Amino acid sequence: MRIAIASGKGGTGKTTVATNLARIASSPGEQVAYVDCDVEEPNGHIFLKPEIKTTEKATMLYPVVDEEKCIACGKCAEICEFKAIVMIGKTPLVFPEMCHDCGGCYLVCPVEAIKLEKREIGVIETGQSEGVNFIHGKLNIGQVMSPPLIRAVKRLIPEDGLTIVDCPPGTSCPVIEAVRGADYAILVTEPTPFGLHDLRLAVEVLEELAIPFGVFINRSDIGTQDTMRYCEKRSIPLLASLPDDRRIAEAYSKGFIMADSLPEYRKLFLDMLNNLEQKSEKI
Amino acid sequence: MKELTVISGKGGTGKTSLVSSFAALANDAVLADCDVDAADLHLVLQPDIKRRENFTGGNIARIKPGYCVACGKCEEICRFNAVFFDGPGNGTQSRTFRIDPVACEGCGVCVWFCDYDAIDFKPHVNGQLFVSGTRHGPMVHARLGIAEENSGKLVTLVRNTAKEIAERDNLKIIIIDGSPGIGCPVIASITGVDLVAVVTEPTLSGIHDLQRVMKLGEHFSIPLGVIINKWDLNKEMTRSIEELTSEKGVEFFGKIRYDRAVTEAMVAAKSVVEYTKSPVTDDVTEVWQNIEKRMK
Repeated sequence: MRIAIASGKGGTGKTTVATNLARIASSPGEQVAYVDCDVEEPNGHIFLKPEIKTTEKATMLYPVVDEEKCIACGKCAEICEFKAIVMIGKTPLVFPEMCHDCGGCYLVCPVEAIKLEKREIGVIETGQSEGVNFIHGKLNIGQVMSPPLIRAVKRLIPEDGLTIVDCPPGTSCPVIEAVRGADYAILVTEPTPFGLHDLRLAVEVLEELAIPFGVFINRSDIGTQDTMRYCEKRSIPLLASLPDDRRIAEAYSKGFIMADSLPEYRKLFLDMLNNLEQKSEKI
Repeated sequence: MKELTVISGKGGTGKTSLVSSFAALANDAVLADCDVDAADLHLVLQPDIKRRENFTGGNIARIKPGYCVACGKCEEICRFNAVFFDGPGNGTQSRTFRIDPVACEGCGVCVWFCDYDAIDFKPHVNGQLFVSGTRHGPMVHARLGIAEENSGKLVTLVRNTAKEIAERDNLKIIIIDGSPGIGCPVIASITGVDLVAVVTEPTLSGIHDLQRVMKLGEHFSIPLGVIINKWDLNKEMTRSIEELTSEKGVEFFGKIRYDRAVTEAMVAAKSVVEYTKSPVTDDVTEVWQNIEKRMK
């Protein structure tokens, strides 16, 4: 079963929920994977502290023009929707950062003057953290696009067992890429005006992707009751909630997993996990 | 006219809350909300919208079922897994191919290579831009459509529109509310600005993400300074961050204590400095004064 942890608003507690679920779920005989798809700012490793076993460079293709073969027909620049190849007079100029790796220029060149070469966009690491199979991607600083790296990270998701996908904040293409293919999504929110506004957007995204979901309310005693009311009105399942406990914030700040350092919260995550496993049998 | 962008790396550190206070404290400012896929600044500034524009960042491919002969060429060449063999039947085929608009990258390759002219490639409205007045000056913000792309282009449009307004109204500063992360919308919100202020929090996650943002600033050679929000949640880590900034020769604009008034202000649709006279307001004011000094 693949569960995506998303939010809309940043900083609501996705990584907290994701790492705690992974920790609680890991037990002898149960395959659990934690996959950090927030490749721009991955944080799961801070809490799970995995022993890294593999490190691989992630790459994307980009066009290189053989100027001897090039006949300056301009078809490559014409097909490119992203201005990654532009004709400057009779010479095609390539901007590798803009290339979406669609293959168009390569396919369209009548004289096979274009070769596709690899460029590095980031790094993918895998490892183990006490029974949790850990996978994350880290985007190289200055790289513009994260979806290609997210796609590459997701290719490593195991076929079987429980996989928890920790997603980036927001509602645009990196989130779509991370969430797509999940059996269920947990939207982590805070009951404040910003939290609710962004939750509504995240709900629209999941409805567009037809992924069933529930809501986890973090810092439930701040803000207003509007978020609860919204969930009730829309019949969105409220999976669990955590109070605005300063001890949780302090443990988080030090990189501790709540289930380890504040064991009174273990039951909350265990119950949520059992609840989700029951839901998955129905899906 | 100067541009200041407020980013964070890690989400939820308090960018929008601070930008709304900066808007209240600044004179002659234009506000630009460049967190286009989860914009929240308008919730506090309550803009009076004067102009709406549709934003089109690119095209989207759509197979016309009536023309499709189900040869499968589009599925073969699509690099984005956007083509599915589950479209409606037509006079000659029981099934046709269909493009998932969410997965479609807008590259146009299938359109180019379809031998049957069966694929439409039309401009797609990705979102909307709004130009408004607020109690603290003109504001430009946007809404990226659900599951849409081209956020970087929309960010650039928001910034350019804000610049036009600043020039037209002779306003001195554009304050840009950025988004979390380090990818394309963030890059589009910081290239060419005069100063970037990074809002961080005293947690391991905050520091980790701050370091990546600092590298981003170096990569694009943009002057950058740090603000620590909720500093008293972990005083040791606050000290570490202050040491880090001094080590890296990066400016430190100041620190702001944790105060529930920040959330109460948000609920009241006010910035913190408008909402309360508690010490947290003094903290925010001092940070803003340091930024103003640096921008002169």
